[in-house]
Amino acid sequence: MQMSKKISTATAKPYSVVSAQNLGLTFDTNDGPVHALSHVDLDIAKGDFVSFIGPSGCGKTTFLRVIADLEQPTSGTISVNGMTPEEARKARSYGYVFQAAALYPWRTIEKNIALPLEIMNYSTSERQERIARVLDLVNLSGFGKKYPWQLSGGMQQRASIARALAFDADLLLMDEPFGALDEIVRDHLNEQLLDLWSRTQKTICFVTHSIPEAVYLSTKIVVMSPRPGRVTDVIHSTLPKERPLEIRETPEFLEIAHRVREGLRAGHGYEE
Amino acid sequence: MRRVIRNWHSLAASLLAVAALTHLPLTLPDATGPSGHGMMIAAGIVVTTLLLQAFEASGPALRGTILFLGAHLCALALILNLAGNEGKMSAAFFILVAASWLLAWASASEFSRQEPRQKSLKAFLRLLIPAIFGAWILILWEVVTRGFGVPFILLPPPSAIGIRIAGSLAILWADVQQTIFKAVFAGYVIGCTSGFVVAILADRVDFLRRGLMPIGNLMSALPIIGVAPIMVMWFGFDWQSKAAVVTVMTFFPMLVNTVAGLSATGTMERDLMRTYASDYSQTLTKLRLPAAMPFIFNALKINSTLALIGAIVAEFFGTPIVGMGFRMSTEIGRMNVDMVWAEIATAAVAGSLFYGLIALAERAVTFWHPSSR
Repeated sequence: MQMSKKISTATAKPYSVVSAQNLGLTFDTNDGPVHALSHVDLDIAKGDFVSFIGPSGCGKTTFLRVIADLEQPTSGTISVNGMTPEEARKARSYGYVFQAAALYPWRTIEKNIALPLEIMNYSTSERQERIARVLDLVNLSGFGKKYPWQLSGGMQQRASIARALAFDADLLLMDEPFGALDEIVRDHLNEQLLDLWSRTQKTICFVTHSIPEAVYLSTKIVVMSPRPGRVTDVIHSTLPKERPLEIRETPEFLEIAHRVREGLRAGHGYEE
Repeated sequence: MRRVIRNWHSLAASLLAVAALTHLPLTLPDATGPSGHGMMIAAGIVVTTLLLQAFEASGPALRGTILFLGAHLCALALILNLAGNEGKMSAAFFILVAASWLLAWASASEFSRQEPRQKSLKAFLRLLIPAIFGAWILILWEVVTRGFGVPFILLPPPSAIGIRIAGSLAILWADVQQTIFKAVFAGYVIGCTSGFVVAILADRVDFLRRGLMPIGNLMSALPIIGVAPIMVMWFGFDWQSKAAVVTVMTFFPMLVNTVAGLSATGTMERDLMRTYASDYSQTLTKLRLPAAMPFIFNALKINSTLALIGAIVAEFFGTPIVGMGFRMSTEIGRMNVDMVWAEIATAAVAGSLFYGLIALAERAVTFWHPSSR
């Protein structure tokens, strides 16, 4: 096992941020084993915006958690930035945005963003400077002194994105970050996220179950299906990098959306 | 009709006042003291009611004040009538007491209807309404014990207790120093701190959690009546043995609450710390302890009352000739019931202050918790 990990580290292509070969993860539950991931092969290049889409139970969140070393795979290999996920986590090479904002209510927004910086021993002046920069990046300047519960859900989620951006990780893992927000706020945040991505040049892995969201945001869409969780299609987006919201009415957009829908249906087909 | 419903207290009070007129004077025929001004008091109640009708349209503040003054002036006049006539009061007296009590009730309900915007006024009202309640417990206590001539040994009137407190300030202060400043504080600090430290250890080391929690459970079940004399054997007669009892009593609530508080964080919050590769102590100080604070303050509040009870009861089992528990046990033997009540009152005030201080600290620390924001 140790041997194969080393080999995979050595053979991973240098530009791959995430590279998974034949990855599998089986949970042992009381009702028998559950195959959350099975035979997943995937390469994510630097600067990609990759969306994972699929019905619940397809393992998209589990895959993200494997990248983040929050779950351990039971078979296959995966490397993150050329390291094992554990090494990558200890090297603080990714920022993770959860389904909920998970801001600590006893800390102001500023202090919440300072949390990873405190843990990673950044100096006070460096902290101040970074907090101001990321607050500006997510359009929350002026809200630093507020407590999380004084902000709306959308603002809280933006603050949690700022927190993930505050330290120097060039990989951003986002697990349905806008799932709990309404359509209008979501559109707005999607636009802001694209803008942020093009400004920061980060690699983003984004879990969603909204087809328009996936197509609108991504350069690469990974379609997954459940039982066992596996990749059924990988779609490279042909949309330009510059994407106004109106792009969602163009034939090109609708065609990609159609292909995603087909992929989802194919993965689901044998069940209904 | 609505007007009658709104004013039913004062209307009923007036009816009672009129009824009292038929039973005058205020004292029974064999009373020795002066029999007072029953007519004037009854008139006072009726005048208050009439004034209230005249100011029907004005705000609750003015109406409340009228009722407050009326009720308490009448009550004061009634209590003054008690002097020399203990146990010899007539029905008219008690009817008038009931009438002024109704007026006070009405004033409290007028005041609680008011919603001032100013902060200071709000704070004043928050104190005033319970103060009216408390005052009437004392007034009724005074009137019942002296009006019916209840034997002093069964229940002394609050005025006698007040006089006793004023006359024994030095003794009470010495007792407070011995019991609260020495035994309670020392035991409370040691018990709470050790409960907290053991909870952190139990959380960190698995075998301690499995081994210590049941033993902590056992400790909490120890009867204090049994523990106290043994502690006196071990630690001597002075305050140290009482502090030991308090330590035993406060240890377990702190242990259990802190252990519960440390596991009160959500998976997402803990995963977040993991993604930062945060180590154990960082996760503890930046996430788990702040999240545990509401639980820890719960334990501190529970323990503040437990500690006082523990120290006082422990003093029943041997103590130098000072201390609140010692005083209670000896003075009851000498039939000085008023001194026992004086100690009870002191303990109640001290306990409330202690609890209040912790509650204030809690509000400052856990301001973020949904229950206080």
